[in-house]
Amino acid sequence: MSSAITSDGVDLERRRALAAGGLSLAFLWLGSGRANAFISARRQEGDAAAALADGNPPFAPNAFIRIDAEGPVRLVMPNVEMGQAIYTGACAMLAEELDVGMDQIAVEHAPPNEALYGIALLGGQVTGGSTSTRSHWGVLREAGAVARSLLVSAAAARWSVDPSSCSVRRGVVTHDKSGRKLAFGALAKAASALPMPVKVTLKEPSAFTLIGKPLRRVDSPAKVAGAATFGIDVKVPGMKIATVKACPTHGGTLRSVDARRARSMPGVIEVLQIDNAVAVIGEHFWAAKRGLEALDIVWDPGPNADLTTAKLTQALAERSQNGPVIPGRKVGSRPAGGRTVEALYQLPMLAHAPMEPLNTTVQVSADRCEIWVGTQVPVRCVSVAAQVTGLPESQIVLHNHYIGGGFGRRLDHDSVEQAVRFAKQVPYPVKLIWTREEDIRHDIVRPMYYDRISAVLGSDGKPVWYGDHITSGTVLARWMPAAMGKDGLDDDVIECAGETPYAIPNLDVNWVRHDMPAGLQLGWWRGVGPTHNLFVVESFMDELAHAAGKDPIDYRRGLLANGSRALGVLELAARKAGWGSGTLPPRVGRGVALGSPFGSHVCLILEAEVTPQGEVLLRRAVAALDCGIAINPSSIEAQVQGGLLFGLSAALYSAITLKDGAFEQSNFHDYRNLRMNEVPRVEVYRVDSSEPPGGLGEVGTAIAAPALGNAIFAATGVRVRSLPVDKHPLIANGAASKSVAADFPLPVDLEHARVLV
Amino acid sequence: MFSLEINGGKHSVDVPADMPLLWVLRDVIGLMGTKFGCGIAQCGACTVHLDGQPVRSCVLAVSAVGGRAITTIEGIGATPSGKTVQQAWLDVDVVQCGYCQSGQIMSAAALLAQKPNPTDADIDAAMSGNICRCGTYVRIRAAIKQAATGSVETPQTLAAGAEI
Repeated sequence: MSSAITSDGVDLERRRALAAGGLSLAFLWLGSGRANAFISARRQEGDAAAALADGNPPFAPNAFIRIDAEGPVRLVMPNVEMGQAIYTGACAMLAEELDVGMDQIAVEHAPPNEALYGIALLGGQVTGGSTSTRSHWGVLREAGAVARSLLVSAAAARWSVDPSSCSVRRGVVTHDKSGRKLAFGALAKAASALPMPVKVTLKEPSAFTLIGKPLRRVDSPAKVAGAATFGIDVKVPGMKIATVKACPTHGGTLRSVDARRARSMPGVIEVLQIDNAVAVIGEHFWAAKRGLEALDIVWDPGPNADLTTAKLTQALAERSQNGPVIPGRKVGSRPAGGRTVEALYQLPMLAHAPMEPLNTTVQVSADRCEIWVGTQVPVRCVSVAAQVTGLPESQIVLHNHYIGGGFGRRLDHDSVEQAVRFAKQVPYPVKLIWTREEDIRHDIVRPMYYDRISAVLGSDGKPVWYGDHITSGTVLARWMPAAMGKDGLDDDVIECAGETPYAIPNLDVNWVRHDMPAGLQLGWWRGVGPTHNLFVVESFMDELAHAAGKDPIDYRRGLLANGSRALGVLELAARKAGWGSGTLPPRVGRGVALGSPFGSHVCLILEAEVTPQGEVLLRRAVAALDCGIAINPSSIEAQVQGGLLFGLSAALYSAITLKDGAFEQSNFHDYRNLRMNEVPRVEVYRVDSSEPPGGLGEVGTAIAAPALGNAIFAATGVRVRSLPVDKHPLIANGAASKSVAADFPLPVDLEHARVLV
Repeated sequence: MFSLEINGGKHSVDVPADMPLLWVLRDVIGLMGTKFGCGIAQCGACTVHLDGQPVRSCVLAVSAVGGRAITTIEGIGATPSGKTVQQAWLDVDVVQCGYCQSGQIMSAAALLAQKPNPTDADIDAAMSGNICRCGTYVRIRAAIKQAATGSVETPQTLAAGAEI
């Protein structure tokens, strides 16, 4: 990786990354000077120290593989596991070329080390943006092959035979002719003395024994037994438990606190303050929580004391009319005349609400700060701890953990910074756990969007021009300002709007930046730009089809190139869903949505029923996917299923709203999530592909809302142009129920969808 | 001082009477498999059994436990339904982040102990108190059915091989 990229080079890199899709388009390695080396299949500077700290195995040919004299092959995972099955996928890639079984390995969390584990697509050691497999598809297989090559060479030298006369199976090298065998452990020391191979040959896909097979997850046994250690489960000798309350008004500060009652309570050890929050430390969480409730706190709400969602929306609307326009993507020009279709789409702020509330365990001493946490950004956590403590980064030790749900929330390290600021005030280790209320009220939320979208239709009903005028805040400008375009564009904001699968000859996609008031921070939320834009663009495509009097799938089909991957998933979904035949009951409709987010292609057909009371019941979801080469079809299916339900939960139920500058939602009763009785049958189908792997963790989420909105339209004739779905317009008014074409019998097991709602 | 029977073992704990069982388990006994998710009995991550009945330990005061036997995720594998459920969870590859799964398994094990062949409506009734943000519900349903019937259920991939 070149260490210096000129400003033109940066822009070139941005354009190049655009092709990668998703969040990655914005995150590039911009040469911050933190690291000269970068993720590599071969031994590089820093590897020796990392291996020494990792039990000093006799054979550590790169940052990922540790082979001891005996025991399992240890694989160091460059990304963090937060449910997306990356540990299983990364193990499959390494083990495939190393030729060990999935049952012969043990996984380890990587230490913070940007040089060894940084991702080019994200500009550092970051897990996010559905980039892990895309980034590591090449390097992890090569890392396995490098290790295998060295181990085979060591065996061949021992036997004085040609390495090509040896084969490897399940961690054992065999000289085929003589039948002599040596296990990896016995070869580890000798292999470590050999020079790195310059070139290794990777397996042809036809020779894969792991990649492409439905593998069970490597982390399942511990998680099923309740034995996996998440950050919140850490136990450190002498550790106390704390919980915290920050000023409910975003941007506000702490004026004073009367802690006398709290300090007299049994189990309460200490009450600590920082500028905008109070923490109570207790012998256990309950004491800390009871102590916190007993505090008399006076806040200074600051400049956002009167902030409401209505004011934010009003400001966005005004800015949309009057704000300076930042070009996004423009092709051709808007033709004069023609039939115009216009619509306004709005999306709310969203919280992440991972099942594991934010938490950090910290011990600060005079010369060392040790942190136990589950984070998507370990190096950023180290940096902020160094800033807070004044210690050099070399004296910050961070242990990463399994993450009980990230969804983008743990791409920020505010909770780690806060924990260090409290923990440095006491001599013992502190585990700071946010209550669920704190976790939601101090989420770093997905931005609101206010999008005016329009199209000019030709005489055949196809769009000859489309324009998308997006108004929103920006995550990127805060999270990685160096990755902003030189014209001020945040590429994430237009992702999947600037580029669509459709052949539309003229378009103008642009953005008005409207920053939120200071103190109200915006963050990455699963699906990022595509989740926002696919709702708008694909709902609007449905509007255009309706305006043109066409079937929504036929209409899309007419705009897609023959042989395109997008057309492939559209046809597969239509076929599997049985689109176009049969009859659906009254107030039942099917919606389609199509997109190409994160380097993958996805089509979702969702069938929903809208009750006379306006409740939306999900009946069946059929997803078709082209994600390139499939590493693990089982986790692909699971990610699409789960991502879809995550997106549907948000589309049906979720919004963060403000009153008095504070979030009004606080827990799962008012920030709802789909429950078992609300879940539809979900089918996932895949187009077989030999293209490089696409991203997967966010694809289902990104495609969910437009298919839902389009299904509701098909069921009721009511267009969903803002989220979450407002049920009031959906209440039956006695008008004749319509029936639309359909096809398949309702599966018996879907009856549950009507129970208990 | 409260005397608790947890997974067959006896524990004496000196804690406030209103302290929820969840925090006694986690912060006093040191059993970390039972999870904190919401604190208000909305998510089910903290589900444990009292004499085989599923309860939300985050709102159950330790003083209300009495002499009832507590079973947690660490001990559920010793029960027939718990063992079957855990194996089905592995076979169907249910988990994603895994944080809610202790509670899901505890609810499922209680269901199967009481209704060995649950209907979909039974599964809805027993499992709708357990939230999964990752959205593993489709496989949870499949795993419960597999645990009940012993025959392979969906998911498509594991049932049909790599071709989905």
